Amino acid sequence: MTTTTTVTTSAATASAATARAVAGPVRRLRRRRLTNTAMTVTLALVTAAAVAALIWVLSYVATQGLPTLGPAFLTRTPPGNPAQSGGGFLNGIVGSLEIVGIATVLAVPPALATAVHIVEYGGRLARIVSFVTDVLVGLPTILTGALVYTIWVTRFGFSGLAGAFALALIMLPLVTRSTAEMLRQVPQSLREASLALGITKARTITAIVLPTARSGILTGITLAIARAMGEAAPLLLTTLGNDLFLEADPRQRMSTLALQIFTNAVTGYRTAQSRAWAGALTLIAIVVILTVTARLLPGRHPRRGR
Amino acid sequence: MKAVARLAVAGVVLLAGCAGAVPLPDGDTAAFGTQICGGTGADPSAYLRTMPVLPGAAPRLSAAGSSLIGPMMSVWAQQYAGQHGTRVAYQPIGSGSGIAQTIAGTVALGATDTPMTSLERAKAGGRRLLALPVTLGGVVPAYHLAGIGAGLRFDADVLGAVFAGRIRRWDDPALRSLNPGLRLPARDIVVVHRADASGTTAVFTDYLTRGSPTWVSVLGAGNSSGKQVVWPTGLAGKGNDGVAGMLAQVDGAVGYLELAYVLGQHLPYGQVRNRTGDFIQPCPATMGRAAQGIDLAADLPTSLADSTERDAYPITGVTYLLLYADQHDRATAVALVNFLAWMLTTGQDLAPPLGYGPLTARLQRDTYAQLYQVTADGAPVAPTG
Amino acid sequence: MSLTLKDRTTRSMPEPAGSRQRHPADRLFQAAVHAAAWLPIAILGATVVFLLVQAWPALTHYGPFSSLGSIGWAPSRAITESTSPNPYGLLQFIYGSVLTALIAMAIAVPASIAVALYLTDVAPRVIRRPLAHLVDLLAAIPSVVYGFWAIFALAPTLRPLGEMLGRTLGAVPALGAVFAGPFYGYSYLTAGIVLAIMVLPIITAICREVFATTPVPRKEAALALGATRWEMLRMAVLPPARAGIIGACTLGLGRAVGETIAVTMVIGNNVTGINPSLLAPGATMPSVLANELTEATQPFHLESLFVVALWLLALALAVNVAGRLLVRRGHREPR
Repeated sequence: MTTTTTVTTSAATASAATARAVAGPVRRLRRRRLTNTAMTVTLALVTAAAVAALIWVLSYVATQGLPTLGPAFLTRTPPGNPAQSGGGFLNGIVGSLEIVGIATVLAVPPALATAVHIVEYGGRLARIVSFVTDVLVGLPTILTGALVYTIWVTRFGFSGLAGAFALALIMLPLVTRSTAEMLRQVPQSLREASLALGITKARTITAIVLPTARSGILTGITLAIARAMGEAAPLLLTTLGNDLFLEADPRQRMSTLALQIFTNAVTGYRTAQSRAWAGALTLIAIVVILTVTARLLPGRHPRRGR
Repeated sequence: MKAVARLAVAGVVLLAGCAGAVPLPDGDTAAFGTQICGGTGADPSAYLRTMPVLPGAAPRLSAAGSSLIGPMMSVWAQQYAGQHGTRVAYQPIGSGSGIAQTIAGTVALGATDTPMTSLERAKAGGRRLLALPVTLGGVVPAYHLAGIGAGLRFDADVLGAVFAGRIRRWDDPALRSLNPGLRLPARDIVVVHRADASGTTAVFTDYLTRGSPTWVSVLGAGNSSGKQVVWPTGLAGKGNDGVAGMLAQVDGAVGYLELAYVLGQHLPYGQVRNRTGDFIQPCPATMGRAAQGIDLAADLPTSLADSTERDAYPITGVTYLLLYADQHDRATAVALVNFLAWMLTTGQDLAPPLGYGPLTARLQRDTYAQLYQVTADGAPVAPTG
Repeated sequence: MSLTLKDRTTRSMPEPAGSRQRHPADRLFQAAVHAAAWLPIAILGATVVFLLVQAWPALTHYGPFSSLGSIGWAPSRAITESTSPNPYGLLQFIYGSVLTALIAMAIAVPASIAVALYLTDVAPRVIRRPLAHLVDLLAAIPSVVYGFWAIFALAPTLRPLGEMLGRTLGAVPALGAVFAGPFYGYSYLTAGIVLAIMVLPIITAICREVFATTPVPRKEAALALGATRWEMLRMAVLPPARAGIIGACTLGLGRAVGETIAVTMVIGNNVTGINPSLLAPGATMPSVLANELTEATQPFHLESLFVVALWLLALALAVNVAGRLLVRRGHREPR
């Protein structure tokens, strides 16, 4: 009789002991799982907050700008009396396209050449240049504006060309870096095959390597254009702005969309502010279209994160 | 025919003034204490108009400077481009910039609301600069105070104490005693002033220096007026526009703006006591009264605060356009002279509806005569006589 | 032939055999490309040289570091003959630049790491790319639009929060100075928050790259040992990425320090002193340059502005160089 009870008791104690032994780890496991869930939710929430900020900015600009945005806005210049409503930012839009266009033409050839040197020729100079280019990407654009003001504007006056020059200085390191990245991704075997066929290095680069990387290079240029369209600080000091008139001659003062938004945004005239909102919506639309188009181009793309 | 047209314009402006064309915001208001604001106070028939339109003008002019005159220059530039073809690009970046950039030669025409200092003149390297008055501007105390409309009364010392940070709340006894009928709220006063070197600031601080011992004692004698001062308190905006924008955002804010800005943006603005002891509403007519008797022979003061005329608005300033008398490029010189001549005649009629004071006959004649001194490569641009 | 990480640095094409007789066009091409390569160096050099030349008169007149030691920017007090005190004190601009950048970092760094982790390892695969594109879109919005939005949407939203902070924390004895009211919307805090939103996509993008290069075996090992996903991230992904994360943050800091337009629009432009409260208006180095460069006529005003520009350049260069070095180290050594 006693043996059964002893057996049952020891079995009970054994399972109780087991239960005690695993209670700690089970609790810890539950806590670890809880932490995991909590952190997953936190990470998701933070990401949602970031996206929410984006939606807040875009929707606010859209709601403020849409009422004023229309074909009239895109085809007219502002009224002389700032208290009047109506008019548009045609001069800023045309000025942006022209100044950024000139800047692109000025910046892209040297940037391609520099990238080719860094990747295809190498050497110590190339390493230094690569590093300097990376550092230049982070240079405050107001300093570029101050530089161009000192060396150009004080001699030749304010003009669209001076603004284009400043933007070119800003775009150059961006295009250099993204082009270098794309060139590095061209397989070495292509180059070796070309050289083995007796083609000179220069022709290999121009006829084989560059075309292979073409879409990625275009993406990089498009992103640099999008960045240049949003700049206002260096243009304050170089082209100064031309608020009323559509100006196509780059030797004269011109306005850009970003500049016009800036000058109209900080006024107290509600009419000017609503024009600025419509301008902001237009600028965002242009930049977003450029950015999305760049990403949609086929082929590999430069890394983000600038 | 021309005389009839001029009379018609004057009549329209008179009617607009009488009709109280600008709606005042809702809220408690104090009655403005002046009755002459219906007219313009100017006598265009006495203006000099002898300059013909000279041929060979450059199609574009680059100008920059005072934001006080910003809306006026904007209207002038657009009207002039429509009528005469030369497009004047004007950027209201502040009187300090107007002076600096004109002297440096990066713009052809600069605008400033205060005469150049001797230091600034020295930077011109011996070249002669013309400073031509083109309009009168009134700097008004504007505010954003829930429940209070236009017409708040200030006198010089109270205004100085407010901007020096000595009077900190709207229901301060000093403000209440000046405005017995109004229920001033118990809010902090937020001063808004200028971040850039500003002629508007120069006119305003000149008035405060002449009339407010509190202002002078806080800022220090010798440092209490000018395009830039060391503000004891407050937020800073860039340009008249920046100040107006900040005023709209902050309840309880007070700042100083040119009349055109407060009229165009329907901001409440106050009235100020002048030398004769009356509270004066700022308007083109009262600005004109302050400029009575001033001519260019003497050095013009920055603010016409010491005028002893009745109904003279004391915080009145004169905006000057700066240019080199000896131009290097004939086309630019011709364009400048044509534009300035137009500004001093037809342009003056466009000033009152915006809130600027047209020049008195005496000032206009003195200024117009100076146009004949502009030369290009040594030869005078305009035919004399 | 496959791209190893070593290949990401410079890698030159092998010389073709028999290259003694090189085509003259080949040599010309190489010379042209070689010449163009000097351009970035020339630009950086020109920036340093020209700013130094412009600032030189003020540096010699007042002494090279006197502006660092004084507080209060008072061009109206400048007298040509006097060399002391230096009316062009720029300590408050450095304070403003550093403070707004620090506020931005305090918000953006944890947020960016969280978003980067989510996008690389946690989010369901289907939504990873679209979400990444959305976060990248934050970087596409121009800074003038951010400033505009901040004045009309962010500042009014912050105002009740700021006023509450001013009333509650502002009353606490020691800490109170940091949150002392009143709050008008134009402040260091508002500028810092706008900067945080502008800098977040940059840090996130670099962190995503760094996290994506974590060797998979390391992650799998952690999971095989029974780690939960969060523990795996904490033990296998974050530690080796440390250098890269710090590099990303440094680059974001560089961008925050150099940002001009958005900050100028919301910071209130108070150049006269240092206010310890986050809710007070202030000024940064880029903001005073944007406001005053075209109008400097006082004695040594323009030159002192270029002294500000020099110090901004020094700060931006130091931060960017450090950041680039750290990011390269983070890429090169995934332990």
